[in-house]
Amino acid sequence: MTLAKFCGFKPAVPIIGGVVLLVATLGLALVVGETKIPLDIIWAVLRIEAGYPAPEVSSIDHGIVWSYRLPRAIVALACGASLALSGVVLQALLRNPLADPYILGLSAGSSAGAVAVSILGFGSGTLSLSGGAFIGAFFAFGFVVLLARLSQGNGARATSSLALLLAGVAGAQLFHAITALIIAKSADANQARGIMFWMMGNLSGSRWSDVYWSAPIALFGSLAIFAYSRALDAMAFGREAAQSMGIRTSWVMVILVSITALLTAVVVSVTGAIGFVGLVVPHAVRFLVGSRHFLLIPGAALAGGVFLIVADIIARILITGQSLPIGVVTALVGAPAFAIILVRSSRARSS
Amino acid sequence: MRVQVDHVSKSIQGKSVLSDISLSIESGQSLALIGPNGSGKSTLLQVISGFLRADAGQVSIGDEQICSLSARKRAQHLGFVSQDASTTDAITVHDAVKLGRTPWLSLLSPFGERDEQIVQSALREAVMNDDRAKRFNTLSGGEKQRVHIARVLAQTPKVFLLDEPTNHLDIRHQIAIMDWIMQQKSTVILALHDLNHAFVCDRVALLSNGKLVAFGFPNDVLTPSVIEPIFQVTVYQTTSDQLDHPILTFAKSKNA
Repeated sequence: MTLAKFCGFKPAVPIIGGVVLLVATLGLALVVGETKIPLDIIWAVLRIEAGYPAPEVSSIDHGIVWSYRLPRAIVALACGASLALSGVVLQALLRNPLADPYILGLSAGSSAGAVAVSILGFGSGTLSLSGGAFIGAFFAFGFVVLLARLSQGNGARATSSLALLLAGVAGAQLFHAITALIIAKSADANQARGIMFWMMGNLSGSRWSDVYWSAPIALFGSLAIFAYSRALDAMAFGREAAQSMGIRTSWVMVILVSITALLTAVVVSVTGAIGFVGLVVPHAVRFLVGSRHFLLIPGAALAGGVFLIVADIIARILITGQSLPIGVVTALVGAPAFAIILVRSSRARSS
Repeated sequence: MRVQVDHVSKSIQGKSVLSDISLSIESGQSLALIGPNGSGKSTLLQVISGFLRADAGQVSIGDEQICSLSARKRAQHLGFVSQDASTTDAITVHDAVKLGRTPWLSLLSPFGERDEQIVQSALREAVMNDDRAKRFNTLSGGEKQRVHIARVLAQTPKVFLLDEPTNHLDIRHQIAIMDWIMQQKSTVILALHDLNHAFVCDRVALLSNGKLVAFGFPNDVLTPSVIEPIFQVTVYQTTSDQLDHPILTFAKSKNA
């Protein structure tokens, strides 16, 4: 039984609640930081930028709110939504509750692709970074799924959790090693973002240019995935059952894996590889609204955004005067959740 | 709807799995596919369903060739219950049966009142109405099979394809499923392991090594002389006053 049904909620209620929560967290992200900025100043800055009359605001406060905190919060929103949706799609397509872009090595593949592109000299703009990351994500997905399939032989209908996890570990380690090797070899600290950035993620460099890149892609990805919500539902009983219900499964796989690789690639090239969002958020949202993708997809997008904004706030304030990699915070929440899901899914299989 | 299989051949990874199969079944009748493991029953069902494309020959339902239909149209004509379709999702029985409406829905024609009525009657027909709120993965094997059947009923196909629907079921549920199949007004094609179940079908096709060995009425195909060489067992045919068909019993082959 889902919480929504237990409380007698209409399914739309959690979604509306999610939107309210999102606005509140966005507000909090603007207020909280090394210097606390009161809400009336934030409101004034927003009015000034929108061209309305507003009381005077110091240029430092204005800069902090408008040039740093707001783009950073919007990037967190877009990337959180992208990662959560990638998790939803991968879990449905691979029929595996532990699938997630970080665990499957897609993020590591993206990092390696982006680093290779920027250091091997194809340019360091977001477009070419994302291009490299996209190819890396695709490559990593192919590598991991192929390895998982090979490790359990032919005839297996769904990839087992164990095979997929082991292949993901192998893939992630390999691509992380490639990333570290390229960065170490380049030895140009200005050219490359740090190894920590590509492995744990960091939002401190997020600016409006990152918003223009990540937000439209997240929106496009959400709508495209939502259009396939019925196909994802039909995948619940496997490819053969989905086919028998009129779903062109090979086509759907290609489209959705491409979208997932695109979302992951953009997230990684903007914020680095942030783990566990795609794993934890879909499960939490399923608990709230059930497993029908019609609600799960908008719910996961909202919750993923809220989760990453909050994680970023914590990363900023946990140690005074220092911004932690956001992946540290998501892993602190995500790793225990991963353990719980692992135990529960193995129990579900053995019963 | 009438189903016709014309000279169908299929190889998988260079190995011939079906060779030159021709058979047909009239609208509203039932056809049992029997044969030893690996004889091609499942592959033939998959070719009929359009999941697999025949290398040669063709399958038509009504006046249309199966491979000329879109995936959606095919799903509106044919419902398929595969073996052991399971899920890790915490999906309810009701939601699982609703999935059957997928080929009739689109972004512009969402799930409506009429779809819900069809789902309701499918749940009632498969005797799963009282369990509609239960989670699929908490059900017994027989209940899961009934959910799959309800899902395919909600698909309102004209032809039902079932791959060993009585597998893993206790005897009461086996009989209930066979009984349900016989009551269908739609065309039914099913792969069966239990040869005695095949007596209640209108036609029986016996496959061996991808070839059609016998095709006809149950009483003509399900005889010791036809079955013994294919299954390599000794077959005894007995009769019972309570049943309107013979009973087959099996023993180790005398030649072995």
